[in-house]
Amino acid sequence: MSAEEAHPHLETLRGHQPRFRGLEAGHRACQGCGEALAARLVTEAAGPDVMVANATGCLEVFTTPWPQSAWRLPWIHSVFGNAAAVAAGMEAALKQQGRRTRVLAFAGDGGTFDIGFQALSGMMERGHDVLFVCFDNEAYMNTGVQRSGSTPHAAMTNTSPPGTARMGKRHMKKDILAIIAAHRIPYAATASVAYPSDLRKKVRRAMDTGGPVFLQVHSPCPLGWGHDSDLTVQVARLAVQTGLFPLVEMERGELIGTLPIREVRPVADYLRLQQRFRHLFAGDFRAEKELEHLQAIADRNIERFELRGTGKERYDTEGADTVHRGGDRWA
Amino acid sequence: MALPLEGSQALARTVALCRPQVVSAYPITPQTHIVEGIARLVADGQLECEMVSVESEHSAASVALGAAAAGSRAYTASASQGILLMSEVLFDIAGMRVPLVMTCANRAVSAPLSIWNDHQDAMAVRDAGWIQLYCASNQEAVDTTVQAFRIAEHCSLPVMVCVDGFTLTHTLEPLELPDQAQVDDYLPAYRFAHGLDPDAPRSLGTLVTPEHFTEARLGHHAALQRALGAIEAADADWAAVSGRGCGGLLEVRGDPQARTGILVMGSVLGTLEDAMDADPRGRRVRFLKLRSFRPFPAEALRRACQGLDTLIVLDRALSPGSGGIVGPEVKAALMDMTDPPRVHNLAAGLGGRDLPLDLYGRLLEAVEGAEAPLPFTLIDADPLLLPEADRPGAPLPEEAP
Ligand SMILES: Cc1ncc(C[n+]2csc(CCOP(=O)(O)OP(=O)(O)O)c2C)c(N)n1
Ligand code: SF4
Ligand SMILES: [Mg+2]
Repeated sequence: MSAEEAHPHLETLRGHQPRFRGLEAGHRACQGCGEALAARLVTEAAGPDVMVANATGCLEVFTTPWPQSAWRLPWIHSVFGNAAAVAAGMEAALKQQGRRTRVLAFAGDGGTFDIGFQALSGMMERGHDVLFVCFDNEAYMNTGVQRSGSTPHAAMTNTSPPGTARMGKRHMKKDILAIIAAHRIPYAATASVAYPSDLRKKVRRAMDTGGPVFLQVHSPCPLGWGHDSDLTVQVARLAVQTGLFPLVEMERGELIGTLPIREVRPVADYLRLQQRFRHLFAGDFRAEKELEHLQAIADRNIERFELRGTGKERYDTEGADTVHRGGDRWA
Repeated sequence: MALPLEGSQALARTVALCRPQVVSAYPITPQTHIVEGIARLVADGQLECEMVSVESEHSAASVALGAAAAGSRAYTASASQGILLMSEVLFDIAGMRVPLVMTCANRAVSAPLSIWNDHQDAMAVRDAGWIQLYCASNQEAVDTTVQAFRIAEHCSLPVMVCVDGFTLTHTLEPLELPDQAQVDDYLPAYRFAHGLDPDAPRSLGTLVTPEHFTEARLGHHAALQRALGAIEAADADWAAVSGRGCGGLLEVRGDPQARTGILVMGSVLGTLEDAMDADPRGRRVRFLKLRSFRPFPAEALRRACQGLDTLIVLDRALSPGSGGIVGPEVKAALMDMTDPPRVHNLAAGLGGRDLPLDLYGRLLEAVEGAEAPLPFTLIDADPLLLPEADRPGAPLPEEAP
């Protein structure tokens, strides 16, 4: 008997996608939490016939205060650094059982770039059929906003505070996608909560591709970034429009697509909305130098990925996620 | 029919007979031959399973955890540094009550680096919430491994089968392997009641507030206590199937009438038994083979100690700054006896130091005539090998001005 015959109602549920909600409302995230939004979008597109291995972090904590759980998916949290390995084990088991259920691994940037990186690299190298989703909010939020390998240069966190001798984080944001690309996995992409249908499309593409696939979702954190909770989507959108967070897709490590920027915005527009960059607007020499550095990083991204749009396109920073007459095939 | 087999090869074949669906491991001496053996069985098509050769022990334990949670029988093996690297995940596996089996090829822990046998690794994770069974021989290791899957799955607890590194893992001897039909009869199909299932979505490993945490721990503790019965039953059932038991929780051997006892875990028992048989002074003792260290069989221990005047507890690991590890636990359990024996806690054989036949005489002579418990001693240590300043009793150096 096929897995399909065994689980007819899963097929029915699949028919209702993307209405399926893997993550219910009523969890305990902060207002405007980008990660909560991202997780809902990802599971909407991937579920319901999936299992999730979740690393320690905000997403784990705000969804599962026992005996409650906001998940409508089979979900397991083990420890901080092992989501990819737990997912690999689940996938190995399902493969051996001949089941079609797919496996997702969820982790924050800490659980991806830093403590979970080795397990992630091993999982990709071994070719497990797992979609690893990094909810990138650019710091260790669950422990109260400390710097991670993903924290942008010059950002303030509680372990990279600005002061007379420092201007926030001294180091650069790790180029995780390049490292992922070096694993030559079938599909890897960046996405943003500001572009939900683009995000869902990438999840579906990842699921259709199979094999180790990777998605980095830029997920603003009002608490850690210090912006108003109603600005989450706007902040996320500006990260893309400035070139600081390019939206790209890769196959086997080769770039296959980008979201063009119709109107490139200066990085200051993005930075100004966030308290974590407040010290960059002190008007002194050091602040001005750091602003220049960050602008240079954005410029370099735009050049490297050729992000500058050539006109009004349906799929660009203004066209994507706009409702077009007649609908869009790709969305 | 007994076959001449290396301990590790026997274990690899035994694990295969238990039909694990996922095996995940990372190599470390002296565990390597076990997983290499399993890899060969997989390569030759004799074992159908997903063999996941991971990039660290942390991941080995995590893969096994994920596999078991997703509904497959899972196995891993490690030792020493590997056990410590896993330790975070070991606590987690047990806390989630995930049934899986691991062989610990017992080895010392760095520093100083030693690849040789003692029990420091398993002792370091004794509070992880796993069942820990110690094997006195390779035959016991084989039989205990089969039992371990049954116990784990029956009790919803992970089981660590502790097998002395090199002494057992690398020793070739005639061994009886069970046949497939025996194992199939003995082991029901894998089942994990709280497993992951899209049709009945469940959240595992959630955040628990102080309102519920203590109860979760209580439940875990109670599960281990209940496992005492399951361990005995699994051994008795296996004895009925295979003709070989392993002594349940704790086995009394040697001379049951003797008034002096020696309690050990693991393979040193064989040495001491041989030494007793060959003792020129004809001294006879009651051996207490402690097989289940977790759960700790206090009741069985007290029964086994009835009529003893003296009990020597031989530790194979050290809690620096305190002393033995098994010793104090035994003492604590015997406190409840009306007429407890005098307990002397000694340790020997750290980092692979040879445990020769004359250990038997040395243990007995060390405690002969003692009116009070001896202070904890590493009985085979030579303090003179240490620089004077590091010897026991040496004064503290002057503090820098
Ligand atoms: C081994 C270990 N070290 C540290 C921690 C503490 N800790 C829990 S979550 C976390 C940060 C999580 O950061 P990230 O992965 O970015 O997720 P976020 O909370 O930001 O979503 C830390 C440091 C832990 N749980 N385990
Ligand atoms: S701290 Fe940030 S990531 Fe965590 S729940 Fe709040 S908004 Fe979300
Ligand atoms: Mg984070």
